[in-house]
Amino acid sequence: MERFEITQKINTIFVDVLDNEDIVITENTIANDVEEWDSLTHIQLVVAIEKYFKIRFTSKEIQSWNDVSEMITCIQEKGI
Amino acid sequence: MKEFAQLKKNLKNDFRGLKKIKIALLGDTATQFLNQAIRGIGFDHGFDLEILEADFNQIERQVYDPTSELYEFEPEFVILFQSSHKLLGKYNKLKVEEQSSLSFNEMESISSIYIILSEKLKAKVIFLNYSEINDSIFGNFANKTESSFLFQLRKLNFNLMEFASNHPNFYICDLSSIQNQIGKENLFHPSVYINTEMVLSINSLPYVASKILDIINAINGKIKKCVILDLDNTTWGGIIGDDGVENIQIGSLGIGKAFTEFQYWVKKLKNRGIIVAVCSKNTESVAKVPFENHPDMVLRLDDISVFIANWENKADNIRQIQSILNIGFDSMVFLDDNPFERNIVRENIPSICVPELPEDPAEYLEYLYTLNLFETNSFSKEDNERTKLYQIEAQRATVQKKFTNEGDFLKSLNMLSLVESFNKFNTPRVAQLSQRSNQFNLRTVRYNESDIELLCTSKEHATFAFTLEDKFGDNGLICVIILEKRDNQELFIDTWFMSCRVLKRGMENFVLNTIVNFANENNYKKIIGEYIPSSKNEMVENHYLNLGFNQKESFWELAIDKYKSRENEIKIK
Repeated sequence: MERFEITQKINTIFVDVLDNEDIVITENTIANDVEEWDSLTHIQLVVAIEKYFKIRFTSKEIQSWNDVSEMITCIQEKGI
Repeated sequence: MKEFAQLKKNLKNDFRGLKKIKIALLGDTATQFLNQAIRGIGFDHGFDLEILEADFNQIERQVYDPTSELYEFEPEFVILFQSSHKLLGKYNKLKVEEQSSLSFNEMESISSIYIILSEKLKAKVIFLNYSEINDSIFGNFANKTESSFLFQLRKLNFNLMEFASNHPNFYICDLSSIQNQIGKENLFHPSVYINTEMVLSINSLPYVASKILDIINAINGKIKKCVILDLDNTTWGGIIGDDGVENIQIGSLGIGKAFTEFQYWVKKLKNRGIIVAVCSKNTESVAKVPFENHPDMVLRLDDISVFIANWENKADNIRQIQSILNIGFDSMVFLDDNPFERNIVRENIPSICVPELPEDPAEYLEYLYTLNLFETNSFSKEDNERTKLYQIEAQRATVQKKFTNEGDFLKSLNMLSLVESFNKFNTPRVAQLSQRSNQFNLRTVRYNESDIELLCTSKEHATFAFTLEDKFGDNGLICVIILEKRDNQELFIDTWFMSCRVLKRGMENFVLNTIVNFANENNYKKIIGEYIPSSKNEMVENHYLNLGFNQKESFWELAIDKYKSRENEIKIK
């Protein structure tokens, strides 16, 4: 899947999980840019992304991303 | 089942006007999400759950420190969640020779936590039991090895059941059976656990929260009391009117097995005290044939309290069943294989529970198991006699038609009432009635068994439990009065509730005479009553007015000296 397409899908998941229609994410987005994105909701996001793409992240991966682009790379590495 | 994200969205809803309940959530792992799930699902059940969440791993501090937030908060429920992972962590540190005593030591510590809690709080404890972890050190042989972790964990779960059966305020939320239902891969998410200390996966939270709410609902009197069965393709396979009694499917062969097992389930519910009624589109005489003649039928006519088979609309028929049984629609479950009938009933009677039965009868039972419809918080001997009571009520209704004068009818019943204070024999039933009476309940203060035990010996209270029998049978214990003795020669009616089965028998008059007699013998001058409206007790709004009390602000007063004994046909047993 193209990186842009994955970003779009992830954006939908962010809006849904964080319950905020106004969220727009790009590859450069970091947790500090999104008010509701904290360590707790991060877990919810991870689980929702896993479910959507039918993949599993390792516990190391969950902690490793510095921004959305690294998250997308990780998703792509799983064959998406 | 809603997903966690949906429950979380509930948190933004308006909770005003919902019943507030204070809950303390104490866990040895991170419980933030569980907290949100419980509050979120509470909204769907009409509760504003105010949850105090202790920082994780603070169970002991909160319990043993008398100045902790827990005691300041004064919760009605304390949820204790000690995880299997922490239990395993403890086991891992034990010396080999200590391993066999893990369950014993844990049970000691749980019981001491419970004892402290019950001394300091009037709270009910909900303890999540242990989901199974098999560390596979011994393989199957763990079952033959007392020192194995699996052996100790299962033993502890069993010990918890024993402990709960001896301590009325200790409830178990069966996490282990949730894992059985949804599988360990769904209950537990290893990467999330490693990163967050959370042992429940996000997907499993709604199941766990829902199971906890089942207990809270039951304790708050929200329970199912009646199951209404459709017949064709629900109770047996095939259509009795078309296929005839020889050809309906029931018994050990083929699809018949599914219906037989379903009937055994209903029979067990009936034995537990759930009223079974039939509502079927059929000619009554035809519909009754299998119950009378089919050798493989498990359910028989004497298992059924109300049998309605005709060609009328099912919603109307269910209304008729409701008026005979005199219980709320929200305490009824309607089982029907036909989606059309289900929808008609749902649309006309929104509060009734209508499960979406699977298309394949083979799946009925497994589906019904998962719904946990019949949670309860008490079980007494009278429960399995309830069917008979309602059948007798139906007979009474027939006899009543023959009398034009109600007084003559009541006289003909030869009613007798045994009046006693609370004692160890009637305590379970008094507590049960306290949880279950919704309509004829003046203040809806709920007392459980341990509360009732305290009242037995209280010097500040006088208690009365009334039975009622008549020529048709014994209704058992049906009315309860708790009087608070006040200094100024006043008696306050703290509690007056009555089973709706005995309405219109003059029981209210008999009970008031009893109270007044007690007041006279003990030199009280006034009786004070209070009506606290709930969503269900409108029936008794004018109770004290009808009994001749005078309104004084929000209370009702009755002066003893002017009281004239009220007429009734009930004699003291």
